[in-house]
Amino acid sequence: MHNAQQRPQHALPLNLVEAINRALFQAMSDDHRVVLLGEDIATNGGVFRATEGLKAHFGFRRVMDTPLAENLIAGLSVGMASQGLKPVAEIQFMGFIYAALEQLISHAARLRHRTRGRLSCPLVIRAPFGGGIHAPEHHSESTEALFAHVPGLRVVIPSSPARAYGLLRAAISCPDPVLFLEPKRLYRLQRLPVDLDDVPLPLDRCFTLRPGEDITLVSWGAMIHETLAAADHLAQAGIKAEVIDVATLNPLDRDTLVASVSKTGRAVIVHEAPFTGGFGAEIAATLASDALMQLRAPVTRVTGYDTPMPYFAMEREYMPSVERIVEAAKQQMEY
Amino acid sequence: MFMPEPYQIHQRLDALADCPHWQRLTEGYRNMQLIRTFDKKAVNLQRTGQLGTYASCLGAEAIATAGGMALAREDYFVPYYRDHATQYLRGVPLYQILQYWGGDERGNAFPADTPASRDLPNCVPIATQLPQAAGIATKAKLTHEHAAVLATCGDGATSRGDFYETLNVAGVWQLPLVVMVNNNQWAISVPGQLQTASRSIAHKAEAAGIEGIRVDGNDLPALLEVLDYALDKARHGKGATLVEAISYRLSDHTTADDASRYRKASELHTAWQHEPIARLRQALVNARQWDAEQETLWQQHCRDVVDDAVKTYLEHPPQMPADMLDHLYATLPASLGRQRQTLSRQQGDPHA
Repeated sequence: MHNAQQRPQHALPLNLVEAINRALFQAMSDDHRVVLLGEDIATNGGVFRATEGLKAHFGFRRVMDTPLAENLIAGLSVGMASQGLKPVAEIQFMGFIYAALEQLISHAARLRHRTRGRLSCPLVIRAPFGGGIHAPEHHSESTEALFAHVPGLRVVIPSSPARAYGLLRAAISCPDPVLFLEPKRLYRLQRLPVDLDDVPLPLDRCFTLRPGEDITLVSWGAMIHETLAAADHLAQAGIKAEVIDVATLNPLDRDTLVASVSKTGRAVIVHEAPFTGGFGAEIAATLASDALMQLRAPVTRVTGYDTPMPYFAMEREYMPSVERIVEAAKQQMEY
Repeated sequence: MFMPEPYQIHQRLDALADCPHWQRLTEGYRNMQLIRTFDKKAVNLQRTGQLGTYASCLGAEAIATAGGMALAREDYFVPYYRDHATQYLRGVPLYQILQYWGGDERGNAFPADTPASRDLPNCVPIATQLPQAAGIATKAKLTHEHAAVLATCGDGATSRGDFYETLNVAGVWQLPLVVMVNNNQWAISVPGQLQTASRSIAHKAEAAGIEGIRVDGNDLPALLEVLDYALDKARHGKGATLVEAISYRLSDHTTADDASRYRKASELHTAWQHEPIARLRQALVNARQWDAEQETLWQQHCRDVVDDAVKTYLEHPPQMPADMLDHLYATLPASLGRQRQTLSRQQGDPHA
């Protein structure tokens, strides 16, 4: 994917998975403590090719094909990270991450806390997530809210090649554990310029992708695509929508969200995950408590339904559409 | 040079005549006595409301002492939660062990200048420490350290996927790892025959393609021989070992347990006949390496050391409520500022 001999120096048109590959390459070049592990990531370069070429360049000691056991991958990573390595582990699909939950919740997220800083856990777990690519059963879930509930575990989700590059570099530099969820529907959607010399992007911060005064649209991951399209539609109707990419779910940048909604007075939150207990609920509660007097309409959530992610024949019906977002926004404007 | 017999229970106490390491064994004996004195005191502290739920190490003194003595400074130790002797020998002060069981994570902030400084803290979720130990062993191998990792667990842990996944990767990657199972016959109330139909726990190494060794867990010299062998093998890149140390849990599971609900008094009585400290003392006395006067002096010393540790533990100033946030991240995220303020007010910080 990348030319291993040539150190990247300029803005290049990259798709999201190429940007991930570049970020891994750069992080491994900059810091010998960065190692990769996961299933099929070494010789095969990962099932999505995110790690293509890295074993050839950095060797099998730094790019490790593990036995097929997600719990093991997470546990190995915790052990490595506790002793100063910076493991970046790939879980092949988010639908298979649950075996790793115990290691992430009971150990990675609390190792610094429970040793009072004697040990820490600077690991990154990467996992493709979300639907829309007609994948097999259990390959299309969006269960980010499960993880955003865990104190000490950062949940970071990019929504463009540039943010994938900048946020993954930041995640690898982070001295604490990060779950890095990659919207796989965007992996090869489009090539956009990525400045490979840029400093890493900040974690724990929302990105305002489009300014507007009338309504705030909040989303993350692949749904940013529909949300931006909805903002275009609304603009044609004379409604100026501000679009915020949450990017880091936990810790949540409440200030940016509250400031935006204090300005617009209206908010629509969009996520692919089910409605009940989704991360949109946390944002809605924040706005209800911190921006109540500025709200001109109840906060609306446009989300997946409270059902398991349907097998792909019905995934179109499940996923929030541009139309649903536009409709929700218009209802807010008329409230 | 010790060579293990496959799956035979290795014993040494009954054949010590040619033992060249009397000094090491008397030192081990002293440690075992000290930790038993500590253990009795810790149970008493719990009974009088001065300690939280505590996992006694009664009956595990030889196993944990052997671990602490066989490990080299540059090795790593990954415990479960009955390894107080190993932790102490690695340099964790007794008062910190009390602090941990007293509900205070400062007990896990082991002193920086000791071998324990890189060791993992106690691990309560069963067997989850084992894949982490494999991760540490991978790091040691990748960075060409001349070091081994010793991880411990109980017999119940060998039913978990973590256990099998760890042995499996240790075999595939030839990791410098020793997993020592304290097979004390009980996983809280569930006896060994309800835990596995395997011929022994050590046999579980077979499927992973690593060596499995059985050893009498009440026999300090046998344990030392086995661990010296397995750790040395690991340090020299010759692969991982599963050690099944057969002991008997002479205590309840923890102070929150009542073993009389599921364990016959007669069985416990029989187990006491084989307990590790009396056996070692008898062997040392027989070999004229220990006598009654030394015993009296040492027991007094143990009481003094433990009383001192209890005093330090009880006199330690409490933590600040905001500590629970301050140690969660390397740098406190801005969004947690408000929660920290609330906690600071709880501790009456005038600057909050």
